[in-house]
Amino acid sequence: MMHLDHTHDGPTAVSADAQRPDGTRRALRIGLGGPVGSGKTATVAALCRALRDQISLAVVTNDIYTREDAEFLLREAVLPPERITAVETGACPHTAIRDDISANLEAVEDLEDEAGPLDLILVESGGDNLTATFSKGLVDAQIFVIDVAGGDDIPRKGGPGVTTADLLVVNKTDLAPYVGSDLARMAADAKAQRAELPVVFQSLRTGDGVTGVADWVRARLAAWAA
Amino acid sequence: MSRAALLVLADGRFPAGGHAHSGGAEAAVRAGRITGAASLEEFCRGRLHTAGLVSASLAAAAALGADPAALDTAADARTPSPALRVAARRLGRQLMRAARATWPSGELDALAGEFPKGAHQPVVLGLAARAAGLGADDAAHCVAYESVSGPATATVRLLSLDPFDATAVLARLAPELDRVADQAVLAARRTLDDGVDALPAASAPLLEISAEAHAAWAVRLFAS
Repeated sequence: MMHLDHTHDGPTAVSADAQRPDGTRRALRIGLGGPVGSGKTATVAALCRALRDQISLAVVTNDIYTREDAEFLLREAVLPPERITAVETGACPHTAIRDDISANLEAVEDLEDEAGPLDLILVESGGDNLTATFSKGLVDAQIFVIDVAGGDDIPRKGGPGVTTADLLVVNKTDLAPYVGSDLARMAADAKAQRAELPVVFQSLRTGDGVTGVADWVRARLAAWAA
Repeated sequence: MSRAALLVLADGRFPAGGHAHSGGAEAAVRAGRITGAASLEEFCRGRLHTAGLVSASLAAAAALGADPAALDTAADARTPSPALRVAARRLGRQLMRAARATWPSGELDALAGEFPKGAHQPVVLGLAARAAGLGADDAAHCVAYESVSGPATATVRLLSLDPFDATAVLARLAPELDRVADQAVLAARRTLDDGVDALPAASAPLLEISAEAHAAWAVRLFAS
């Protein structure tokens, strides 16, 4: 865990300590980032539907300049309203999830205080560029979501999101024939960039939907609780 | 006292949440009161001598060791807009987290315990300065500068204003900023003998009113 080399027994944790101030283990935090329109919010909504009957979870959204993502999740009623919090980012989600994570840390701590106990908090970034990654002080693992319609050369181009995320999701595979994207090439490029790190190809409209990502999240949760 | 510690505390990249706030600039841009470098300068000058002076005095008094809870009450009394009180406490809580991790201090821990949802940001900053080994003058300069640097950088994003022009505005305000910091330190010293009523109560009604309107916008770039 990232924290400075000193003890602090005050009323609020100052960093990403695994323990809450009362000594209990805090929720696992998973970040979801990726370019605008790649399907991050749709993936979060699908994950909530897949997991909400088995575990206690909540969501923090970081919109670019509105509360659109939070309001989409509220409208879809994937979780009760008290389990969804929107963080305002001053037009810079990458700042709020990486360089200055204080507002997000407050949001996750308030959710645990007010809606807890929680097993999992999903922290969604507003759509950003290929270099936008989450601070290790904020999340325990991160998912980077791209889509086949954004260009099948994105895995080849790499960048910190594609190469270092704990899970790469290539979304909207159902659109591949219509936009001329070569899924085999995307898979080979992702493998070259990421070595053993996992990649999930998904379509939320067909086939298994979010099952692959949900299984990965369950495995992370099992490891966190162990 | 360490000059370098002041640079750390005053750095715009110090991770305490300020990047999401415009200091009223977003509402002023929408209302047509900030349209370029000249009107940005007037806006910043007004903010410096009102909200900036009050905040700098609060920070200087906290740095001198005045009772932070009394200062927090005084800050509430000098902030009519509920939206601005919420923003000041939110920023205070975020600064508290960063300050406790950066300069661990029993005084910061005690204030965090007393105000788990955040004390007013300038009060926290004054205590953070104290924890960093800085003085009242440093705390006052830091807060006075923040009172104008926040709107200036926000306006660069809001209007695509030339960043060199925005920085030149800040440079031109520097001598006034020094004077406001001096005033703030004098007021803070008086506070030690005469209590928080000695703090200035300069007010910018339009900042307070427009902050209320801004908080109700459905679409905005900044939290305040």
